Amino acid sequence: MYSKGLAPLAAAAAVTITTALALVFFYAPNDADQGFVQKIFYIHVPMAIVALCGFVAGGIFGIRHLRSGDRSWDMRSYVAIHLSIILGLAVLITGSIWAKASWGHWWLWDEPVLVSFLVVFLLYCVYYPLRFSIEDPDRQARYSSVFAITAGAFVPLNFIAVRLAEKYTHPRVLSQTGGSLPGEMRLTFLVALLGMALLFVTLWKLELTAKHASMQLKRLRNRARVAA
Amino acid sequence: MISTARAILRKDLLIEWRTKESVPAMVLFSVTVYVLFHFGLDRDSLDGELASGVLWVTMLLAAVIGVTRLFAAEREQGGIDGLLLAPVDRTSLFVAKAAALFLFLTAVELVAVPTFALLLLGPGLGGAFPELLAILALGNLGIAAVGALVAALAAETRARELIVPLLLLPLLVPLLIACAQATEPLMRQDAGTEDLGRWLSVLTLYDVVFVLLSVAVFDFLLED
Repeated sequence: MYSKGLAPLAAAAAVTITTALALVFFYAPNDADQGFVQKIFYIHVPMAIVALCGFVAGGIFGIRHLRSGDRSWDMRSYVAIHLSIILGLAVLITGSIWAKASWGHWWLWDEPVLVSFLVVFLLYCVYYPLRFSIEDPDRQARYSSVFAITAGAFVPLNFIAVRLAEKYTHPRVLSQTGGSLPGEMRLTFLVALLGMALLFVTLWKLELTAKHASMQLKRLRNRARVAA
Repeated sequence: MISTARAILRKDLLIEWRTKESVPAMVLFSVTVYVLFHFGLDRDSLDGELASGVLWVTMLLAAVIGVTRLFAAEREQGGIDGLLLAPVDRTSLFVAKAAALFLFLTAVELVAVPTFALLLLGPGLGGAFPELLAILALGNLGIAAVGALVAALAAETRARELIVPLLLLPLLVPLLIACAQATEPLMRQDAGTEDLGRWLSVLTLYDVVFVLLSVAVFDFLLED
């Protein structure tokens, strides 16, 4: 039921990501200030945006689960948050590498985006111990949804607070919103963002399909055992 | 709804009054943390950023104790079943628990803040009033709303003592930022109030969001 359209989606993701990588290395110009290192931007920022959208989507699926009582929505929320946490780890690592290469430090506390992301990541890591320390499946789904909604609302609030706390604006070569990017860089960035989003949706559907299949297998096994 | 909430709150306060479990523990813990900071930082008196940071981090850590114990009576004595069997609206349960936590925190601060001023604070508390009261009240409200929600979320899990701090502290980071930044100018040698309005409005925003959110999702916790 989740596997519908998975193959074309996977193909589209593969093509877009290949195109994005080609653009990153052969089309986008080297940044005048940071040079080659700046190209990590095309991986790091799309991953961060997709991870944050995944967290918020997890909250929205959580709302749908609580409203409908249909546990498949909780499964969607769980898989979205799970994938976003994996992406989040990659964001922190690539961000750290970028910071080291261009600013000379592995970690910068006056970089609000980086710090907010760490706080959000730490919060979402608690999703696993919370979810898996509740045995009753209905209750597990309900409590996980409540967590997903709370944490989803927390994401923008946290970004506002951390940004306000920043005292010294770090000199930036380019704004991360892409507003001041030159044309070639912006095109490359948008393709990379699209590729990352497609990859996320593909993995999300794939994981849902796998979870659904294994649950069905378990059910059939139980039925076979009862029959025998 | 209000009368139910008041009844539950009265019960919680009565239990606390008779057992004297949470509040004295939180006070004792706060003072211990001040001692730890004294040795950890190797400073006899603090002011400015360091003072407001130590004060608020200690408050949040003490709040963890209160939140962990918030549903203790219900859980250990099986009172939760009675509460859920009675036709009690979840919202009134949330209001009562958050109000109890708010009052506990206020009681703790009545002792812990003067103790902090006595033990560690360099410039003295005189210049910090009445602004500090507003910050403490708004901070307590935020901690109470988030704390009651986290306590209910963790109440049904196996690893309760583990989940509460891990869940509560990251959720309180924006509150800590706003409270510590608002308190910082008040605790300088030359006490000022710059940026107070901005941080109080961030705190208010945080409180409103989490009170509404907690009321909205609390219905789905502590069912069956």
